[in-house]
Order: sequence, then C-alpha cells, then structure tokens
Amino acid sequence: MRRNDIRKTARRSRRSAPLRKVPTGIRGLDELTGGGLPQGRPTLLCGSAGCGKTLMSMEFLVRGAVDAGEPGVFMSFEENTGELTTNFASLGYDLKAIVAQKKLVLSFVHIDRSEIAEAGEYDLEGLFIRLGRAIDSIGAKRVVLDTIEALFSGMSNTAILRSELRRLFRWLKAKGVTAIITAERGDNTLTRFGLEEYVADCVILLDHRVEGQMATRRLRIVKYRGSTHGTSEYPFLIDAGGISILPITSMGLECEASTERVSSGVPRLDVMMGGKGYYRGSSVLVSGTAGTGKTSLAAHFAHAAVARHERCLWLAFEESSSQIIRNMRSIGIDLGPAVRRGTLRFHAVRPTICGLEMHLVTIHKLVSQFKPRVVIIDPVTNFAALGSEGEVKAMLTRLIDFFKTQQITALFTSLTLGGTPVDATDVGVSSLMDSWLLLWDVLNGAEHNRFLQLVKSRGMAHSNQLREFLLTDDGVELRDVYVGPSGLLLGGGSREALEALEKAQTLLRGQETERKGRELGRKRRAMEAQIASLHAEFEVEQAKAARAIGQAQTRAGVLAGDRVQMARQRQSDAGPSGTRRRPK
Amino acid sequence: MAPRRTVNPAKAKRPKPADVEQYALRLYVAGMTPRSTRAIANIKEICEEHLKGLYSLQVIDLYRQPVLADGEQIIAVPTLIRKLPMPLRRLIGDLSDRQQVLIGLDLKPRQ
Repeated sequence: MRRNDIRKTARRSRRSAPLRKVPTGIRGLDELTGGGLPQGRPTLLCGSAGCGKTLMSMEFLVRGAVDAGEPGVFMSFEENTGELTTNFASLGYDLKAIVAQKKLVLSFVHIDRSEIAEAGEYDLEGLFIRLGRAIDSIGAKRVVLDTIEALFSGMSNTAILRSELRRLFRWLKAKGVTAIITAERGDNTLTRFGLEEYVADCVILLDHRVEGQMATRRLRIVKYRGSTHGTSEYPFLIDAGGISILPITSMGLECEASTERVSSGVPRLDVMMGGKGYYRGSSVLVSGTAGTGKTSLAAHFAHAAVARHERCLWLAFEESSSQIIRNMRSIGIDLGPAVRRGTLRFHAVRPTICGLEMHLVTIHKLVSQFKPRVVIIDPVTNFAALGSEGEVKAMLTRLIDFFKTQQITALFTSLTLGGTPVDATDVGVSSLMDSWLLLWDVLNGAEHNRFLQLVKSRGMAHSNQLREFLLTDDGVELRDVYVGPSGLLLGGGSREALEALEKAQTLLRGQETERKGRELGRKRRAMEAQIASLHAEFEVEQAKAARAIGQAQTRAGVLAGDRVQMARQRQSDAGPSGTRRRPK
Repeated sequence: MAPRRTVNPAKAKRPKPADVEQYALRLYVAGMTPRSTRAIANIKEICEEHLKGLYSLQVIDLYRQPVLADGEQIIAVPTLIRKLPMPLRRLIGDLSDRQQVLIGLDLKPRQ
C-alpha cells in the first residue's frame, strides 16, 4: 500500500505533477481557483483599505485550522492580537478558543518609525526567527502576513527590505507553508510597494466599488501560475458567516434535466400541461400587467410545494411577508402554518438595498443554507432598476442556471407595464424560461376580466387554449373561455349579457330567414306568372302560324287545280291527265 | 550561548551619584555573524568613549533565546534597545554610523 503510494507519486512526478492546491474553505473561492490556493507557495492578496483582505486571510486560516486540520500562523503588522480577537468575535470566530487548541498562533509585529533609528546595515532575521518559531510551535501549514508592507513605513532602507522580502518568500516556500501575503493597492500598480514582483504564483485582487450609491465587493484572480482560473470579477459578500464568493460564469449548461413533474397548485393549470404540472428543476415565468394575479399563482405553487413537504423559499421584492400571507388568505391560501413550521421561508427586501451581484450572492447563500426545492421570485422585474437590461438579463441567466444545477423549480413573476405589448417582458427573460404563463386583462364594457395563456412549456404537450382566470375565495380557478360571435374574448358578467344578446340575435336571424323565404316565394310566383303569360303569348303565336300555314297550303292546292282545269281546257296530254290514265 | 554580560560597571561602582543617568542597553543579534560582531564592537567602543562607568550592556543571541524576539518586538537585527533612561529607544543596524548611534542614544542633540 505504502509502496504503491510511493510508486504512484513517482509516476506522477515523472509526468510533472499537477499543481497541488489547498482548499481555502471560503465559499466560492475554491470553485473559482479550481481547488484552492497553490500548496506550499505564497499568494498575494491585494486591495485597497477596507475591502476584506484581513478577513479573507483570517478565514483561510480558521477554515484550515477547524475544518482541514491545518494549523496556521497569523502575523499581523496592523492590529494587535486583542483587536483581532475582538474584531473576529463579531464575525462569529472564536479565535481565543482556536489559539487555545494550538491550531492558531496570532503574532503581532509592532513597528513604529518614531521609535526606530537606523545606524548601519541590518537584516530581518528577527522576523524570520519569530515566524519560524510560531510555525514550529504548532506545526503550521498555513501562514498569513497582514500587511507586510507596514515594514516599508517603519524602515527606510528599501534596498534591504526588498532583498529581505525576497528572501522571506523563498524561505516560506522552503518551509512548505501555504501563505497569504496581503498588500495595499497602489495607484497604478497592484501593490503600493511592488510586492507582486516577489510573489508571482498567485495574485488575487479585492475591490470595493460604489456604483450608483451601491457598494459591491469584487474579487478577481489576476494570475495563477500553473492553473486555470476564472478571470472575471466576482462579487463577494461579507456577513456573519464570513466571505461568500459567487463564481457564476463557471457554470455550464450541464445540469440534469428531470422528468419528474410538480404540480402548479392549480388543478386546471396542471391539466393544461398534460395533467401533471411543471417539470422539476424548470423555470417558470408568470408575466402580466398589474393586478392580474401573478402573486396568487405563485402562492398556489408555494402552497403545493409545502403540501408535498418540500421547502420553499419566497424572495419578495415588493411586499412584506406578512402582507403576502394576509393577501393570500383572502383567496383561501394560508401560508402562515408553513412559515411557522419552517418549510416556507420569506426573504423580503427592497431590491434597491444592494446591487445585482449582491442579490445574486445573497440568493446563493440563502439557497445553500435553506436548501429549498422551490423558489419564488416576486417580482423579477424590480431588478430592472438596478442595472442595464443586459446586466439584469445576465444576472437572471446566472440565477436560472444556478437553480437548474440545484434542481430547484423556480417561479418568477414579471410585471408588464400597461401600454406595452403583453408578451414583452421588461427584462427580456422569456427565452430563458421553460414555461411561460401570460396573464392579462380584457376590458369588456364596465368590467375587466383576467385571462391566462400558456405561451410555452418546453418538453410537454400543453393546451393552446386560453382560459379565463378567476380569483375566488378558494383560490385561482380556470374556466373555458367564451368566444363571442365577433371573435372577442368574454368572461364574467358580460359573458352572460352577451349570451343573451346572442340568443336575441339568433331569433332575429330566424325571422330574417323567414322573411327571405317569403320573398323568394313571392318572386317565384311572379316568375311563374310571367312564364305563364309568355306561354299563352306563345300559344297565340303558334295558332296564328298554323292558320297561316293552312291557308298557304289551300292556296297552293287551288292553284294546282286551276292549272289542270286550264290544261284540260287547252286539250293538253301532259300533266295530271296522263297520270290519271295510267293503268292501275 | 547565554546572554553575555560583557561589562557591568554600574554594579561594580555602586552607589553612583544621583544626578548621573544610568544607561541600560541591550543588543539583540542573530548568531555570531560578521555583522553581529561588528555591532558588538561598535557599541562597546561608543559606550567606553561616552558612557564609561555609566552603562550596562547585554548582548542577546536570538537563536539561543527566540522567545525574546516576540517579547521585545524585534524585527531587524542587530537591534540595540535603550531600556534606560526612559523613553525607550531602538537602533537597528550594525551601529557603524556613529553619528546616528549617538543621536539615537540622546548623547548628541538631534538636528
């Protein structure tokens, strides 16, 4: 076994072993770096004041000490051990206890230029001795030097300092400890004193920017020798649990597509989707104008989820949780018990409290803590105020991708402003969604009615019919749509009125037909009379013509008779007399 | 190597007149490198010249007593600390810059 290991190691080293990495334990950073910081090498962590350098490096040590069993040394040049302990206690780290367990050494290096005078050549062996002793005392694997640049403000001989720092980093490598060296951001350089020259293996830049009055902390890996890494700027969050970074773009489209179906909570809507509802892990968009019942539809879905004993996270960006619970009671959905049981959690905030990225980080964090199977975002359109359309869409893409990888079925409501086409969503996200329900109002006379259309539902047979969408005391009800004679959609009271109207119209149409029938009869009779008269006329003509023919024939006979008479008188042999003499 | 108590004239010539200040000096070095030896020689020379009979000097090798590096906040070596008279003074380097040493020990007014 042991020999096997050695052989394996040997084989690996022949193939030039891949860079070993030390997991930091900081949420997101390990994904971003593909496993953590380079093992046994120093990493430079730079950034301006107050951007979280000390916290990130301390979290690296604490996670190492507590979770990975790797003791660490924190050498502070700025805060003394008492200050450090107090500051981190407010973040939930009990440094004193970790120190007592011999998993952490806090070492404060005090430098005060006013106390120090220089008189000749020196080196920093004192620092080496202290660090070496601290490392050896607990067998430390991780070291943080925060902020070693303070040396430059304490001593003036930069030539000595630079060569000593170079020696220090070499020495740390030789010691085999994974180190973080923090440094202040310079004006045009990564660090004020050019430490990046010495620490070349991995450089991480922290940033704290204010854009549109919203501050966002961001992290970027400037370089990581011998390793691929995410190159974008990633937002990160500091809160009671430490640091969370969101490596968003590293997610591909490789998430598993479930064939399991989950009910929408509205039986008739399920029927419209082949009787089963949405796919698990799909994303559903419910868009519509104000007051069309988007939140009610979301409440049904949430209620169905908790009834299946699934956890549901409701991110409310418009109403408080108690307002939603009260309002949903009016349509017969009581979300209160689920909240008390802890299966439904509301996270109600105004979207403007932080930037888009921070929202994304917060949602990530909530999801990884609460582990819901259903998430409701109500409404998603409120993000539009936080950035350009492109930014919002990018953020939502990441969010949807994240939900998909977690197999979370997500329902987004989207408010369409009056006047815009109903199928235009403000944030242009409909293409990202698997199912899209469209709700809209139709004004009929003195009332308006709601209609629901299932615009799309990927990968399932779904109804192409509109439904009338009713909010009753028992929740949402879908009814067949009544299409009036002129092709208008009708619902509610006007449906009944128009049904009566149509009946009247049918009656009217009957009478018209009758009238037309009579007219036709009359016309036929007129025509027949005309035919009869023509017929009579014709008969008269015919009689006349027959008489004329008779007369003409008689005249011809008389004429022939006359001629015979004349011939007989002239004693002629010819003619009819001869005929008469012919033997019989 | 134990802290070398090279000279302790203060003990030898007790009691001293109250108006004369006593100098308590500590020199921290890391091993007997040429730089350390140079520093020791320099400080001895200066003390003999300016503070004869008024000073005590301890030379401490941090390799032998690394604990003291933390306690005394030593970063650079050699470091000379003037414990007495107050206030505390720190001088780093091999003390070859005599002018700086004299200023640092308040034996010569600062410009």
